[in-house]
Amino acid sequence: MTAPPIEDLLRELAPQVLGTLIRRHGRFEECEDAVQEALLAATVQWPAEGVPDNPRGWLVTVASRRLIDQIRSEHARRERETATATAETVPEDVPDTDDTLVLLFLCCHPTLTPASQTALTLRAVGGLTTAEIARAFLVPEATMAARISRAKQRIKAAGSSFGLPEGPEREERLRVVLHVLYLVFNEGYTASSGSELHRADLAHEAIRLTRMVHAQLPDDGEVAGLLALMLLTHARRTARTTATGDLVPLDEQDRTRWDREMIDEGLELVKASLAGPALGPYQLQAAIAATHAAAATAAETDWRQVHALYLILGRIAPNPMVTLNRAIALAEVEGPAAGLDLLSTLDGDERMAGHHRLLSVRAHLLEKTGEAARAYEHYRRAAKATASIAEQRYLESRAGRLRT
Amino acid sequence: MQFLISMHINPAVLDALTDEEKTAIGDGHGRFIEMLKRSGELITTQALADPSQAAVVSVRNGQPVVTDGPFLEAKEYLGGFYLVDCENKERAIELAAQIPDAAVEGLGIEVRQVMFADGQLEM
Repeated sequence: MTAPPIEDLLRELAPQVLGTLIRRHGRFEECEDAVQEALLAATVQWPAEGVPDNPRGWLVTVASRRLIDQIRSEHARRERETATATAETVPEDVPDTDDTLVLLFLCCHPTLTPASQTALTLRAVGGLTTAEIARAFLVPEATMAARISRAKQRIKAAGSSFGLPEGPEREERLRVVLHVLYLVFNEGYTASSGSELHRADLAHEAIRLTRMVHAQLPDDGEVAGLLALMLLTHARRTARTTATGDLVPLDEQDRTRWDREMIDEGLELVKASLAGPALGPYQLQAAIAATHAAAATAAETDWRQVHALYLILGRIAPNPMVTLNRAIALAEVEGPAAGLDLLSTLDGDERMAGHHRLLSVRAHLLEKTGEAARAYEHYRRAAKATASIAEQRYLESRAGRLRT
Repeated sequence: MQFLISMHINPAVLDALTDEEKTAIGDGHGRFIEMLKRSGELITTQALADPSQAAVVSVRNGQPVVTDGPFLEAKEYLGGFYLVDCENKERAIELAAQIPDAAVEGLGIEVRQVMFADGQLEM
């Protein structure tokens, strides 16, 4: 589903217009509403009357008028004098600063829950309407509207200033921003229920926003790493499921159906970012995805390299999921028994108890060692434990192969 | 993540409650609904008519057979549910604990993750 050019333009301008308005008037909450209304006006007027010569200036002017109307009616309600409160005319010059990054930091404020951060980011930075976000997350519009409005109130209460944080705080906040973009991407990637079309759009949107951050911070290795990880993962989307929606595991995917252009861009980003000083978790995950992408067939995968990368990843960001993935790589390098040994170190981990991924990986490795009965039992348990229908169907089919 | 938080009621337990206790439960649900709406976590909530009004439908030899009453004779029946969209299972459990029924001996609250959804969400 490709958006018409006007929609693309509007979504690109949305954060810039919002930034300009906030710089001029403060009041993030009201400015955000005004920009949404201006975007809506543009989607109605521009296709009919043509795109104005200065689309950004047009949006700033319309949004400013809406904002002033809003403030006036607010003042009128309070029976206060309005004349002094707001400027009568809106200056036509628009400063040439891009506030996208500042806005992202604001929307990903640490006092918000991840669900609120993602919703607000998609609306204020992504320029999506509440209805569109609600559809993408499969909740009613009223639910999403409440979430966004509460998020805006929290930001107001936190009294956050409109500017980039400095020093270590900036670094910390950027990690939150990247995590939110990663969550948006994942939401689109792991289509567990409902309309997969809308969810694929979320992955697309996450890539677009991460691209914007990368353009602003080209030297940040983790931003480049996250963008690369998204591109390399998204490149496989058409090969990942069959026409009937069944999952196709990585080693059985038709690699000619991978999006070559996306892979090339991802590989370039990985190459450039690995040359930087410190390696972060996104860069390492991108490097792992790049290793898979570089193999023309599954058999040609450089599993030693994948294993080494997971080892480093486990050292800088210890996590049972990393160990789990390393076990898959280790099984390819040293055999399934070595993989199973590594898996057994996860048995005492509460976070993994009964987790469908642990069960399914163990099932795979048991199958490879020839322990069909135990593999069958683990596939069945994994199928019960997952909340994804596609995954459940896949695991049931693997179990079914062993029964015959 | 979406969860169905279902309330398993026991008509005998409910009948034994005082009017004050019944009112307190009703008010508690009202406050819970308001809180869920404000937090942006409520998708929908519904309460069901008495299990004695249920009909059980089966098709035998191509013909529908309808019998009165609930499917299983039990002490507890599904009384209603909250469908919520929240951060994780821990949050869903935290929400379930705020439902007044959870504090009443003999009534049960069950939390289950949603696996598939379709259809009209707007109400």
